[in-house]
Amino acid sequence: MRYLPLLALALTLGCNSKDRSGLEDTALSWPDNTEAAVLNYTAIVEATYADSLAAAETLNAALEALASAPSQAALDDARTSWLDSREPYLQTEVFRFYDGPIDNPDDGPEGLINAWPMDEHYVDYTIDDPATGIVNSDEPIDAGSLEELNESGGEANIATGYHAIEFLLWGQDLSDTGPGDRPFTDYVTDSSGTATNQDRRGLYLTTAGGLLAGHLSQVHEQWTPGADYRTRFEADPQTGFEKALTGMIILSGFETGGERLQAALDSKSQEDEHSCFSDNTHRDMIQDIQGVQNVWVGSYGSINGVGLRDVVSEVDAALAGAVDDRIAESLSLANALQPPFDQEIAAGSAGNARVEALIVSLRAQEELLFEVFEVFGLAVTIPE
Amino acid sequence: MTTILLALITGCASEGVEEGEWLPGGETTNTLLLGGNAFLMPSQNLEPEDEQDFYSGNSFFNLSWVEAPASTDARDGLGPLFNARSCSGCHFRDGRGAPPDDGAAPLAGLLIRLSVDGPDGPEPDPIYGGQLQDLANPGVPVEAIPSITWTAIDERYPDGTPYRLTAPSYHLEQPGYGPLPAGLMISPRVAPQMIGLGLLEAIPEDRIAELSDPGDADDDGISGRIQRSGGVVGRFGWKGEAADVPHQVAGAFAGDMGLTSALVPADDCTDAQTACRDEPDGGVPEIDGDVFELVALYSRAVAPPVRRAADSEVVLLGKALFKDAGCALCHVPSHTTGASPLSALEDQLIWPYTDLLLHDMGEGLADGRPVGEASGREWKTPPLWGLGLIEDVSGHTRFLHDGRARSLEEAVLWHGGEARDSRDAFANLHADERRALLSFLEDL
Repeated sequence: MRYLPLLALALTLGCNSKDRSGLEDTALSWPDNTEAAVLNYTAIVEATYADSLAAAETLNAALEALASAPSQAALDDARTSWLDSREPYLQTEVFRFYDGPIDNPDDGPEGLINAWPMDEHYVDYTIDDPATGIVNSDEPIDAGSLEELNESGGEANIATGYHAIEFLLWGQDLSDTGPGDRPFTDYVTDSSGTATNQDRRGLYLTTAGGLLAGHLSQVHEQWTPGADYRTRFEADPQTGFEKALTGMIILSGFETGGERLQAALDSKSQEDEHSCFSDNTHRDMIQDIQGVQNVWVGSYGSINGVGLRDVVSEVDAALAGAVDDRIAESLSLANALQPPFDQEIAAGSAGNARVEALIVSLRAQEELLFEVFEVFGLAVTIPE
Repeated sequence: MTTILLALITGCASEGVEEGEWLPGGETTNTLLLGGNAFLMPSQNLEPEDEQDFYSGNSFFNLSWVEAPASTDARDGLGPLFNARSCSGCHFRDGRGAPPDDGAAPLAGLLIRLSVDGPDGPEPDPIYGGQLQDLANPGVPVEAIPSITWTAIDERYPDGTPYRLTAPSYHLEQPGYGPLPAGLMISPRVAPQMIGLGLLEAIPEDRIAELSDPGDADDDGISGRIQRSGGVVGRFGWKGEAADVPHQVAGAFAGDMGLTSALVPADDCTDAQTACRDEPDGGVPEIDGDVFELVALYSRAVAPPVRRAADSEVVLLGKALFKDAGCALCHVPSHTTGASPLSALEDQLIWPYTDLLLHDMGEGLADGRPVGEASGREWKTPPLWGLGLIEDVSGHTRFLHDGRARSLEEAVLWHGGEARDSRDAFANLHADERRALLSFLEDL
């Protein structure tokens, strides 16, 4: 077939039928404040990760204190630090889902930081098996080996991160009325200690804490001003806008609404909740949605600038208003959940209706955000 | 030359974008998220209750299962022998699995089926079962440590351009339950993508039957045969071993993760593997009916992605070349779906590029392991939709049943048997034309 040029010509002449039925033909002119919104977004991302890192470092100090001098006070302090450390971190979940520093397939550490569910037996004793877990084995406990134990391309990880630490601080939640109840004596290394391998447990705790801070630092680094990723992100505001929006969409519907709420209801299992050892799951929901709102309105902490809503408002003020209201509604419904979350999802509980209402709101939120996607002509093609 | 040009122009209308071609999944098509998220979307026309179930099913698909007993008792029962801890462990982001580049265990994303000869044909090995599990719960030995090495095959196109294919060899070391039997047949398979499964399920059997031609009655060199599973047309799995989505899902739960369900109440532990048999289970069955239904719905409803450049000149040229080379005789471009448990999937014009039939693909691709109607040289035509997005979704460009092809080009060059003539037609094209045909495949 030597007539390639003629063939190409023939096709050009005869075959260019644009059958784009069903697809929008958009020639959007991007609002002037798009770039400002994206710059404000990167500032928010950096600040939220910075706060997460700082809280993880405070947590680490408390974990060290518990491991070296176990007492009820030290355990309480470590638990409080853990709960506090969740508040900023959960607001970073909206920065997932576009292969950014937190979750790019090559080295994004999200699975090492926040994977769930936890394979309890894998880490430490459980009520049915007092001798199980890495804590009770001969496996070396150090950063390298813990990370390696989690490695399996694309697989959810099970031995590091917030929930591993949570398990080591609270133990299994075996009660209907409260969280897990691990005694501080699980860390006491003299003969008055409970369980076994208290020294290894303490080592696991501090090693996991160190890993957590390290991973958060790795992500934070890439969002600091002048860092390669941030610079590239800011250089292309339209793609940046799209990524910021993608994170909001997937977190609203798929993740919070779907994986964390709908699935929990459907499983009919009391402990099908992300922070099941500490019974802190209600904060997961609230702060996940707060993160979405932060990005939408453009504020976090002392940052208060151009949000995605301001960009959308230039193009479709009514739609922006609808999203404002919907996110506020979701946040309000999340705050109306009555802790502990495991009772909310328990079969037949009055909380089921509250959880349903939140799910419905989050799905509506996702739909509206998809409308934003379409209005901006982001449907169909992503320039990668 | 002028005659050819005229012929091309007048005959050209059929080479344009066809009605519905932009939306390979019909009304289900994902037109919203591409890039790495391209295979995440629910069918866009699902009923609201079904969409809610989709998200819930997505959760059970994505999250890890854990060893029983666990606090999260709706998610326990993993193993004792398994290949992955979650569906997404191999079907990451609903994309395709691949062999590890270094060929070293664990082979996340690729598993190995087993069989031995029995009195009535191939059957699972009495000790190792029907599949090799290379992961296990603590205290349970894994079945073996698998690894892969590759041998380079260096050849040239007729125009002199060199290319290299890599042929895999599989090694199973340190068998955990006694020596592996002589005559063990193995079949390595990567995890296929999750898009459009419910649509494929809804292609009427009559349609598949009318495309089949076991004796090559029309003398076009193609003799597609129907696979049967439980008496019904088999259409899922690399040799079409499963008749419908629920059977595929149940088989995968049991074989790949050791999770039992009502449909497949036994995992792959044999009676001989006492260390495995002695472990606690996560209930009987481990996957309760409601959860199973959610995962089945999810598996049916993942939307195929929109075409990105169906009307580009290069892509249209590639499509014409694809058809001229005879590729569409097995990779049949389109079908109209019939009945489905999900109404959103019914009566859709879809473009999966498959006839769902078994074809002899030649000695080079043969695994030597017959299954049902399929011989050791036959494979079921896989769908081509989504090919161009595998790189973004799955982070690799590995194709064919064991991911041996490192690019679409290599995948085409491996085609043998019934496909040999088409492969040769491709090889005989001018380099720019080969590039155009590959561009067409990359737009699917």
